[in-house]
Amino acid sequence: MADDVWQVAVFTVTMAVAATLVMLPPGIVFAWLFARRRFRGCTALETLVMLPLVIPPVATGLILLRLFGRRGLFGQVAESVGLELIFTWKAVILAMAVMGLPLLVRAARAAFEQVDRRYEQIAASLGAGPLRIFFTVSLPLAGRGVLAGVLLAFSRAVGEFGATVMLAGNMPGSTRTIASGIYFYTEVGNDAAVTSLMLVSIMIAFGSLWFSNRLAQP
Amino acid sequence: MSFSLTLEFTLQQGEFSVEIHERIEADAIALYGPSGAGKTTVLEAVAGLRQPDRGRIAVGDRTLFGSESGIDVPAHHRCMGYVPQEVALFPHMNVRQNVTYGAHGAPTEDLARVLAVLDLEPLVERRVEQLSGGEQKRTGIARALMAGSRMLLLDEPLSALDVALQRRVMQYLVRVHDEFKIPMLYVSHRADEVSMLTNWVVQLDNGRVVASGPSEDILARV
Repeated sequence: MADDVWQVAVFTVTMAVAATLVMLPPGIVFAWLFARRRFRGCTALETLVMLPLVIPPVATGLILLRLFGRRGLFGQVAESVGLELIFTWKAVILAMAVMGLPLLVRAARAAFEQVDRRYEQIAASLGAGPLRIFFTVSLPLAGRGVLAGVLLAFSRAVGEFGATVMLAGNMPGSTRTIASGIYFYTEVGNDAAVTSLMLVSIMIAFGSLWFSNRLAQP
Repeated sequence: MSFSLTLEFTLQQGEFSVEIHERIEADAIALYGPSGAGKTTVLEAVAGLRQPDRGRIAVGDRTLFGSESGIDVPAHHRCMGYVPQEVALFPHMNVRQNVTYGAHGAPTEDLARVLAVLDLEPLVERRVEQLSGGEQKRTGIARALMAGSRMLLLDEPLSALDVALQRRVMQYLVRVHDEFKIPMLYVSHRADEVSMLTNWVVQLDNGRVVASGPSEDILARV
């Protein structure tokens, strides 16, 4: 495998791992909230989190660009603390995290819904507060489903294209991922690089989905 | 033992409602009546798992729920050792982890004593799915005891056990009551269980108290 192809593959997997770690805390919190609590604005929040699943990834990228661009709401905040985001590796992580989050939340939510509430009630009657119940009962019992969601989200992050290109571009060595690499190498007619990246992509996706399916089985 | 339980509340649950006005001075109290009488609902209200619409629940002078005073102590601060009908041991933990879940740094002697009284020492490393029905019940009782409970709330602890196991678990319950001197609120629809373990009976039917008094008096009329 050529060095640049290898670099793109390693970069993509590293960014996908980072994006998965970034989306994990909010993803689990959202999943638990949607599974266990009804509150004002719950449906609106859930719709917002799930939006990237149904709108074109390019549109999600555009929205992120508007929000995190120099004149965007969050972009101005980032700039004020000296954080350069757009067209950097940080934007790749952001795009991957936003696109993978709905898959994580869906799977983890289903897992939390399957946890018998009696266990949580018993834990409460034994003196455990909400946080302890979450970490010692709810999360371990939902663990397989949450992990399956993590793997799905990671796979989605590895294959992310539209939002990443909009937000981070396709710069070799700094923001080029497997998906944008396949697109670029196809355009320039580098079939060997395209084939290598496709094989890497298929292997990662196959491994993640296989493991995810195994975890989802009782 | 000086112990009192105040149950003065109403609780609406869909079409069904529970209304109870009792102040009981006894340390082993039965909620007795047929299925659907509201026994478990009362037990869950004491445990803090259901909120009454109005009224008061108190153990001794400690108010757990009071609609007028605005008190509703959360379940995890009530110190009630709740053992539900289906014991619901944590399936991802072994017996020791289950029993010590609510122990909050209790001395190891306490654990040893609880395990000894309930004959659980040989089982401590077993996974929950490796336990028989009776062993699960005993583990559930040990777990409630180790949580430093001020009162045991037992919901039909002998249900779903065969006759031989019922007899054995009953022996353990009597032993627990004698050894630990911990007040009990015991839910059952069976007079023989109630007469063996409790000294006060609150008889419920369709969400209302139909009789309340010393066990021998109430059960003599059944």
